Amino acid sequence: MDDLKAKYLDLIGKAGDEAALEDLRVAALGKKGEISLQMRELGKMTPEERQVAGPALNALKDEINSALVAKKSALADAALDARLRDEWLDVTLPSRVRPAGTIHPISQVTEEVTAIFADMGFSVAEGPQIESDWYNFDALNIPGHHPSRAEMDTFYTHRAEGDNRPPHVLRTHTSPVQIRSMEKTGAPTRIICPGRVYRADYDQTHTPMFHQVEGLAIDRDISMANLKWVLEEFVKSYFEVDNVDIRFRASHFPFTEPSAEVDIRCSWEGGTLKVGEGDDWLEILGSGMVHPKVLQAGGIDPAEWQGFAFGMGIDRIAMLKYGIPDLRAFFDSDLRWLRHYGFAALDVPTLHGGLSC
Amino acid sequence: MKFTLSWLKSHLDTDADVDAIAEALTDLGLEVEGIENLAEKLRDFTLGYVTHAEKHPDADKLRVCKVNTDEGELQIICGAPNAREGITVVVAKPGVYVPGIDTTIGVGKIRGIESYGMMASEREMELSDEHDGIIELPSGEVGQSFTDWLAQNDPAKVDPVIEIAITPNRPDALGVRGIARDLAARGLGTLKPLASPAVESGFQSDLTVSIDDNTLDGCPVFCGRLIKGVQNGPSPQWLQDRLRAIGLRPISFLVDVTNFFTYDLNRPLHVFDADKVSGNLRVHRAAGGEEIVALDDKTYSLQAGQMVISDENGPESIAGIMGGAETGCTPETVNVFVESAYWDPVQIAYAGRALKINSDARYRFERGVDPAFTPEGVDHAVAMILEYAGGEASNFIQAGKVPDTARAYKLDAKRVISLVGMDIPEATQRQTLTALGFRLEGDMAHVPSWRPDVQGEADLVEEVARIASLTKLEGTPLPRVNSGVPKPILTPGQSRARTARRTAAALGYNECVTYSFIDQKTAALFKGGDDATMLDNPISSEMSHMRPALLPGLLQAAARNQARGFMDMALFEVGDAFHGGEPGEQHTLVTGLLIGRTGPKDVLGASRPVDVFDAKADAEAVLSAMGAPAKVQILRGAADWWHPGRHGMICLGPKKVLGVFGEIHPKILREMDVKGPAMGFTLWPDEIPQPKNRTTNKGAARINDLQAVERDFAFVVDAGVEALTLVNAAAGADKALITDVRVFDEFIGGSLGEGKKSLAITVRMQPSDATLKDDDIAAVGAKIVEKVTKATGGVLRG
Repeated sequence: MDDLKAKYLDLIGKAGDEAALEDLRVAALGKKGEISLQMRELGKMTPEERQVAGPALNALKDEINSALVAKKSALADAALDARLRDEWLDVTLPSRVRPAGTIHPISQVTEEVTAIFADMGFSVAEGPQIESDWYNFDALNIPGHHPSRAEMDTFYTHRAEGDNRPPHVLRTHTSPVQIRSMEKTGAPTRIICPGRVYRADYDQTHTPMFHQVEGLAIDRDISMANLKWVLEEFVKSYFEVDNVDIRFRASHFPFTEPSAEVDIRCSWEGGTLKVGEGDDWLEILGSGMVHPKVLQAGGIDPAEWQGFAFGMGIDRIAMLKYGIPDLRAFFDSDLRWLRHYGFAALDVPTLHGGLSC
Repeated sequence: MKFTLSWLKSHLDTDADVDAIAEALTDLGLEVEGIENLAEKLRDFTLGYVTHAEKHPDADKLRVCKVNTDEGELQIICGAPNAREGITVVVAKPGVYVPGIDTTIGVGKIRGIESYGMMASEREMELSDEHDGIIELPSGEVGQSFTDWLAQNDPAKVDPVIEIAITPNRPDALGVRGIARDLAARGLGTLKPLASPAVESGFQSDLTVSIDDNTLDGCPVFCGRLIKGVQNGPSPQWLQDRLRAIGLRPISFLVDVTNFFTYDLNRPLHVFDADKVSGNLRVHRAAGGEEIVALDDKTYSLQAGQMVISDENGPESIAGIMGGAETGCTPETVNVFVESAYWDPVQIAYAGRALKINSDARYRFERGVDPAFTPEGVDHAVAMILEYAGGEASNFIQAGKVPDTARAYKLDAKRVISLVGMDIPEATQRQTLTALGFRLEGDMAHVPSWRPDVQGEADLVEEVARIASLTKLEGTPLPRVNSGVPKPILTPGQSRARTARRTAAALGYNECVTYSFIDQKTAALFKGGDDATMLDNPISSEMSHMRPALLPGLLQAAARNQARGFMDMALFEVGDAFHGGEPGEQHTLVTGLLIGRTGPKDVLGASRPVDVFDAKADAEAVLSAMGAPAKVQILRGAADWWHPGRHGMICLGPKKVLGVFGEIHPKILREMDVKGPAMGFTLWPDEIPQPKNRTTNKGAARINDLQAVERDFAFVVDAGVEALTLVNAAAGADKALITDVRVFDEFIGGSLGEGKKSLAITVRMQPSDATLKDDDIAAVGAKIVEKVTKATGGVLRG
């Protein structure tokens, strides 16, 4: 039996492939295999002989089986290793192209502004871009002869022959949305109104269409000091700085009284704007306390309610924050520009996650 | 509005320097746009005395000079012809910046001889264009600062010029005196009293003035005096200096006087050459069509109703806007009529705009000059003319009367504090208003006649606030409307626009923002370009009409990018298009455009030309993100800028179109110079139905433990049969059991014959009670074949 064992273990060890192994299994353990034949002999033995030979044969059988399984596994591993050696790839080849879309800076900045003001309780109001001259001018305390009406470079829409109404205008500011919103919701109210506005002007810093965001807060005791705080909070949050000085300068807008232009402290070093430090002042918006006539035009009693309004250029604050040099390029849709200045789809500005990171 | 410091000081007694004044002005709402301060630029120039000058040994035109300076004797090489011994000169020593040549002086060698500075000409110091030689001063000590010398001997040269922007509400600040009044109210000095001139009436004027009754609302008062025997000529130096400093060219004294008072007291005046006036002056309304040559030598045709001043010969002056050339003053003028009138701002604004004349007079009258000052304005001018040009003045002539502008508003000190949010004591508020010329009676503030802008209590608040200084305002937190966590604020429409944007960008599209206006020809291709959406005054013919859709703007953007060599692109825009010219005739669209390949050629062979099904997939993804139902109809018959056979409308019923996808019509691409083919989609977010019950509950998930079974079927149908019909028919065979039907193959023609195609589908069956047996599956299969055959006329492919 020891000879048998030695013979098969040796043959298994030398087997080169699975077929050879199978032949060996048949030769040893098959129906007519050497070990199987010996097992058959057990019946002819005496009980005493059987007690010795039985376990020995079984053990031999197990051992050969184990050797076969082990060898089979070793052969498979070797075959796999050989195959994997051939399966070499140049993994420096480029990957499949996934197109990366972008969000336009105007949309992104509008969402940033919305996120900040939403936290302060402002909702978003919208209005028509073709406006009647009443909403665009008269309701905002800009009567027909007012010099600022001429200064605004207004676009007028065509009037058909016989239609003697004053022509409609492309809204020159988002302020008419204030009036429409006041008419609709009354006081108290807190809204911002972002959107497209139009003025007939075209050079490096002016395009005939641009974007503004208007803010309006009306309540019983809102003051200009509240306005200053809101704008300070906005500027800090928007420009993502801890502190910023803002300066109110008396000015004049027909729709607010008192009125103030608002500057922020900044520095320009090597063409880069840093907000909150330095000795320069940058004008970023106009604001003031809503003129009583404007409240009246919106159907709100100025004896009972008061509040502030402000307006700023979305394109402009986008240019300032993200270092975009030319306004005209915003509307040119040059793919290189869109990819460079655009934002990833999942860069959704939030206050908890950060506006720009 | 420009003025000089000394001009300001003629009205304001102050020690404040230019910087303090500039800062206060900006804070007061009179924004400083620029300060020209030559004294600042020339600070380092000093006087020197040339003790010796000799010809440079190696240059005929150069001289080697020895110059005494505050730093001892310097050797300076000079090329000026007048550089010679014994003259007092202005020296720029090494290190001094010379503005006229934009250079900082250094020590240098000129033709081998060292030079330690420069002697300056007027042009080199930007004092004038004079450059014939270096400055020779008639006086001055060696080492003295040149600007000090100028301040003593030629102060106009170093008088700082301040330019401020005037907001339309502040006509009073269009005169230097008004600016001085603001500064005095702020506490930067004291406003000097303005003495009323005493003019003696030497004779009775034979020239009279009348105002037509129908013109009194536009010209309530017209004053003047006739002066005989004046001698016109150049103005005195101080007057010329002031006018030059603010950028006006001195013309002749009689003209300069009017310009001076325009800027000094915001009192525009006109001086007629009385000898050229025939008969009397009459203020009236134009009948229309009268022509007048104005002082700018242009001929204007007056419109009916515009105000004009005429004599017997016809119109002689466009009232309040510009005088006529015919009766203007010349150097030979000896008899003049000085006019001071008050013109209604609104009428002047309309007339000025219609005539397209921008003059100082129009600018001021349309903002509002002080009506009460009209009579006195005449005498200020007359007194100055008599003083400098001689002559004798007539009696005072006045037609009409000064309009009554008296009004008063309540000063509610508490309300001021509440609005501004600054604690300004009532006494300070009253003091401020008084300093600005208001007269306080109890709590009523009477408005001065020069402040037409003050029309209510709110204007009092503004005056108090700006004098108190808004720079000093401290922010006060605005309390939240509701305590606690802020609520979401976006409307469904706003949310959809945002979702559409983010989804499209995630799908690889670049967001564009294109102009809302396009050219008529392109607009017409997209059912726009009619007169209702036309601008009356477009900036160019490329931007003449409001866009009827977003696709044209994106196609133009695509053409521009193709011209730059970018052929593959995915662009989108979310924005409004216009279907009419009335407010509100606009609607929100989401439009995507795909051109070229899915990506650059690649080693994996993944890149392929974009096709209709890319556009369809993206349209479906964006619609789904916006909350559109999954079950839709695909219909044909969209607008004709889509390829007639290769587009579909995504609909909820034939009238509820949520979107269109497809290939853009090749004719459109040809018209717009876009290299195609191009795929696109347009969605109408507002058409997506709002969910009826807003609930956050998603319902229970139906997850079945029993094994699902998939079976494939292929049908031969007519080529015109739409896959969706077949899919819907198959799905209808057993709605409870069949969870999904997918088309996985389409085969057209070949052995099937002309006009036929094969569509293969996979049907997924999910049992819920018991595992499916072969018999069950066969039964459902038979039902599917039956339904499909009935719906499409197709047969199961053998």
